[in-house]
Amino acid sequence: MSNRTKNTTPSRGQIILFSIAALFCVLGLADATYLTVLALTGETAACSGQAGCQEVLGSAYARVAGIPVAAFGVAGYFTAFTCATFAAFDYPRARKFFALVVGVLFAATLWLLYVQAFVLHAFCRYCLFSAAICFLLMGLVVASPAPRVSQD
Amino acid sequence: MKRFLPFLIVTAVALITFGSGYALYRSKQVAPGATSGVAGGIHVRGKANAAVTIEEFGDFQCPPCGTMSGVLHKLGEQYGSRLRLIFHHFPLAVHAHAGEAAIAAEAAHEQGKFWEMHDVLYKEQALWSKAPDVPALFNGYASSIGLDMERFKSDLLKPEVAARIDADQKLGTSRGVTSTPTLFVNNSVLPVAETNPTGVQKAIEAALNPPPKK
Repeated sequence: MSNRTKNTTPSRGQIILFSIAALFCVLGLADATYLTVLALTGETAACSGQAGCQEVLGSAYARVAGIPVAAFGVAGYFTAFTCATFAAFDYPRARKFFALVVGVLFAATLWLLYVQAFVLHAFCRYCLFSAAICFLLMGLVVASPAPRVSQD
Repeated sequence: MKRFLPFLIVTAVALITFGSGYALYRSKQVAPGATSGVAGGIHVRGKANAAVTIEEFGDFQCPPCGTMSGVLHKLGEQYGSRLRLIFHHFPLAVHAHAGEAAIAAEAAHEQGKFWEMHDVLYKEQALWSKAPDVPALFNGYASSIGLDMERFKSDLLKPEVAARIDADQKLGTSRGVTSTPTLFVNNSVLPVAETNPTGVQKAIEAALNPPPKK
């Protein structure tokens, strides 16, 4: 990300868009961090009245090779946040990485939604919140206009 | 300055995330030194003079408890007379039928068949957890393990049955239990990160083969 190219500049709209994306990523990061802590401490009562939450978080699908799925979410959201922040500060490569990371997060979200709906038949509200963030991020990626090409 | 600003922002967010996550983790952990004065209970599998005693605070509707039940059963077979298992009730409020299941198990205990009911409740957990008519299913399980049904139904309503579950919960709370399953190996709480088949086996081995004193 260190090589800033000078032939493309982000529009004001893009800067705002990536700033909003970074804020969404922070929300997703907070959610994923909370779920990771729950997974590591084995806390079950924290789902406050949501039985489905426990069924999802306690299922075999909540871990991959012993690592909580939420921990991958933390890594994904933090990477997306980093890319969005750098993109807002005019780093063109960060824009490409951001789209790539959001694409991976979105694909993972679709898989996790499928598991909740059709395999576990239970939904966790924290996972649904994360899914909503991923959908919003994907929407921002799709809505993002191409960077302007400057003449100099 | 603008050049360094994204680095500062990303670093700040990383530090805040790590710091708040760590603080939350510490606040939710059972105190590592939590111990009890007595390793006891009325639901015991194994010999009183076993070298290792594992106490479990469990909730019949908690999926990880169901998994742990199978793990402990296998370890019980593997270690034989060297391992003693004790079960304590810790039904969580988030599970709609956990309290009813605990009462059913205690009612089965009145006829000396707690462990039979314990095993069938965990085996059929996925079914009754979502069933609309849980009492009917519990009656079916009681019948399948050979309980006197009239007595079972009246035992479900006994105040002492409910009192035993309350007592277990109070015991768990006094020992720092907040989640299920929580295991104590020879009175020392097993950290949540080690509450898995490998971690439990390691704890048993460590209890069986303590390091030599110098």
